Amino acid sequence: MTATKPKPAGQQPGELVEMAWDPITRIIGNLGVYTKIDFANRVVAECHTTSSLFRGYSVFMKGKDPRDAGFITSRICGICGDNHTTCSVYAQNMAYGIKTPPLAEWIINLGEAAEYMFDHTLFQDNLVFVDFCEAMVKQTNPSVLARAEKTAAPGRDIHGYRTIADIMRAYNPFEGEVYKEALKVSRTTREMFCLMEGRHVHPSTVYPGGVGTMPQPSLFTDYLSRLISILDFVKKAVAMNDDIFDFWYEALPGYEEVGRRRVLLGCWGAFQNPDVVDYRYETMTNWGRAMHVTPGIVVDGKLLTTDLVDINLGIRILLGSSYYKDWVGEEDPFVSHDPLGNPVDIRHPWNQTTLPDPGKRDFGDKYSWVMSPRWFDKSTGDHLALDTGGGCFARLYTTALAKMVDTPYVKSTGTSVLITLPKSQRLPETTLEWKIPRWSNALERDRSRAYFIAYAAAMSLYFLEQAMERVRGGDMRVFAEFDVPDEAIGCGFHEAVRGTLSHHLVIRDRKIANYHPYPPTPWNGSPRDSYGTPGPYEDAIQNMPIFEENGPDKFKGVDIMRAVRSFDPCLPCGVHMYVGGGRTLKKIHSPMFGASHG
Amino acid sequence: MTQNMRDTGAVIPQEHGFDEVTILWISEGMSCDGDSVSMTASGQPAIEDIVLGLIPGLPKVNLHNKVLSPAAGGEEFLAPYRRAARGEMAEPFILVIEGSVPNENINGDGYWTSFGNDENTGEPLTLNWWIDQLAPKAWAVVAAGTCATYGGIHAMAGNPTGCMGLADYLGWDFRSQGGLPIVNVPGCPIQPENFMETLTWVLYHAAGSAPPPPLDHMLRPQWLFGKTVHEGCDRAAYYEQADFAKDYNSPKCQVKIGCWGPVINCNVPKRGWMGGVGGCPNVGGICIGCTMPGFPDKFMPFMDMPPGGSLSTLLIKPYGAMIRRLRGITNGTANREPKWHHNGPELTSGYNPRWRPYGPADPRRQAAIERNKP
Repeated sequence: MTATKPKPAGQQPGELVEMAWDPITRIIGNLGVYTKIDFANRVVAECHTTSSLFRGYSVFMKGKDPRDAGFITSRICGICGDNHTTCSVYAQNMAYGIKTPPLAEWIINLGEAAEYMFDHTLFQDNLVFVDFCEAMVKQTNPSVLARAEKTAAPGRDIHGYRTIADIMRAYNPFEGEVYKEALKVSRTTREMFCLMEGRHVHPSTVYPGGVGTMPQPSLFTDYLSRLISILDFVKKAVAMNDDIFDFWYEALPGYEEVGRRRVLLGCWGAFQNPDVVDYRYETMTNWGRAMHVTPGIVVDGKLLTTDLVDINLGIRILLGSSYYKDWVGEEDPFVSHDPLGNPVDIRHPWNQTTLPDPGKRDFGDKYSWVMSPRWFDKSTGDHLALDTGGGCFARLYTTALAKMVDTPYVKSTGTSVLITLPKSQRLPETTLEWKIPRWSNALERDRSRAYFIAYAAAMSLYFLEQAMERVRGGDMRVFAEFDVPDEAIGCGFHEAVRGTLSHHLVIRDRKIANYHPYPPTPWNGSPRDSYGTPGPYEDAIQNMPIFEENGPDKFKGVDIMRAVRSFDPCLPCGVHMYVGGGRTLKKIHSPMFGASHG
Repeated sequence: MTQNMRDTGAVIPQEHGFDEVTILWISEGMSCDGDSVSMTASGQPAIEDIVLGLIPGLPKVNLHNKVLSPAAGGEEFLAPYRRAARGEMAEPFILVIEGSVPNENINGDGYWTSFGNDENTGEPLTLNWWIDQLAPKAWAVVAAGTCATYGGIHAMAGNPTGCMGLADYLGWDFRSQGGLPIVNVPGCPIQPENFMETLTWVLYHAAGSAPPPPLDHMLRPQWLFGKTVHEGCDRAAYYEQADFAKDYNSPKCQVKIGCWGPVINCNVPKRGWMGGVGGCPNVGGICIGCTMPGFPDKFMPFMDMPPGGSLSTLLIKPYGAMIRRLRGITNGTANREPKWHHNGPELTSGYNPRWRPYGPADPRRQAAIERNKP
């Protein structure tokens, strides 16, 4: 099933050409995309995407000291490991009954805000935008580039580029102005991160119970001065993104279909509010809603819930196409009821047992190292394959609809999010408005990333003010003592950079009895589950039109890459999936698409 | 560029060293790609400085790294790796491995991690296959991060994949085509500047302008890993005064609350994490030994005092308490201004415009007069 070398194929109607990209570059982790393309109709007829990595965190964490979980789970991901540490700390705080000192919450929020600013910038400008840069478009869509040369950029006064093509040139890898500036900005924001959490990407100063960061006034000075230095860049980036994506819709009518899927979004909330959060499960509904990014589930544009208890109880881990044996029926549940007395399903992460069963890669059978997380909708009985829209899209969407965030810098209106950034070196005070778009597609996922960088920057100003107020008032406490109980359960909900992240922990005899982290990529890139429900990538790429001007001989697959990268795939959590129309392929033997397979 | 401009204008390569080097970076070990990401954090030097040829005396560098590759992916990206595996790469290459090396002998027909597919069969190619093909042909082999150097997190007790470090897999006596042992840069993840500095040294060596980097018995750069965390930590003075933090609110030495700094080879507290910012115990994060071959198992549970800590902290108590008290007295003195700083009616500073270092009767004065006679 390699299709590594495209076979000479005509473009006759009904003739499919195999195309494959394995590994996919400019993402974290290993992902391969295997497609069959109908060049006559300019559509992706079929697609499998696979990732191949199993490390077994939930296996080797068993029996370890639960306080080590934050240090260990950080190592799941090399770009957003701190999101895991934070999420693990949230889950441990619940298990140990900790109420973190407020200053520690502001410090963690500042660290996480810096992580969003860093990660989204590096991903968007140095990885995603290579697909939209002049060097790439010259090879894939010369006519679009010619048009871009003649199209004036509406945001010229903000970003300084005269034409759309000038913006595209600024993103050329290693040579473009913005590409190089983004690398530097991603270092400044990482320094901000290191101020709060010690080191990037595996934090040193984040503990259950708080942080070890020394809350000296200089800490906040050092953060603030760096933040001020990047605000021009943040404002310019939004204008450049808007110009590029608006132009794309215009230059390539129908581009809204690239990577488009039904609006099925999940966001688990970010940035705790220390005035409300006490980490008790019994009060989770309230403190979840008090977060500075609102948790929620959106189905077809409607907000289904903002209640973390609902969200938690609805999580189901299904099998179907993955290299595991089923645990159901052979193990007793660890958690039969949650602390509120609600029954907990045997397929909930609390009750999961990971039984790895490696085998050959066979797209007709098993080909995945990841299970299929789904959210069970009680009202319809559906197991929903939620996606995160690359994280920022779902975060802005749920926050906009829920109308719960109201700070001096960021306000939710019920239909949009208003983000106000103060005056910076070159540009005046700016209020940006992210409005809920018509589609959940590649361009809108990418666009929301630039807006969410602004959201995180604006929020960090608010967090700084709150933190400095505490320090000036003499409150320097950042850590609360605790004891590890003999038996406990905990869950943590957070937003990793690319979306929903939850950690589920069971303690027995002061040791980890069960620990399951659910990062965003399994949600986004899950294989077909046991009910046959396709994962989000499947919707997004299945029947997607292609706009690239190259025929099969020189085909780069840039539209498919844009669709995949818009989800911000981050594969170290080991994803492996099947994306396709569900048509049963004739099973000869594995591999199915060998070089001789027509 | 390593080249001599002669009067003729001809470019003549140096006798020793290369004008062009390719870096083949594979992060498909059991990894989180954190070392690739960390590498991009370095500004000392920055990866783009090396790729753009801004550092004098380095060869032209072709970097192939999945995270930063401008290629869409797949064969376009794999081409140089395939070329090198076939032995057809014209220029010397440096192989960088990121991630633990799994044991692929224990999973039947399955695989733990793969990097591209076999061109003929379509089966996933394992990391181990690539190492077998590329390491013997590589001019130099570099292991980036604790996973690749010593196994790291994924090789902890109870792991299902049988992970190990690169030297465990290739043999500790492995030598590359350039005659170098594996160059290990541990760290979870690598400290950005430590890695880039080591890579730059290897590149200077490739250019013929530097000897091989000096490595210790665990194949680590000596100048980076020759001292302990404690020796570079600005909280170490608290240890000397037997003044220990009891919890993480404290700015004092963390050895009683989980810090392994006194016995860990690493320069992070001295160097900071990036651009001098951040770090571990210097900024309140216990050292969990992430650069060490024994990581993580020998340092768990991380938040408890290391076993050796109780004796050493007990022994230093009487000395430290006394020193702290004596220093307290001296510090009190140092905190007082001299007594002639006042706004009184008289000057008491000892002012005397006719002051000389010694009086007329002093034999030293006579000697000076004798010395100065013409």
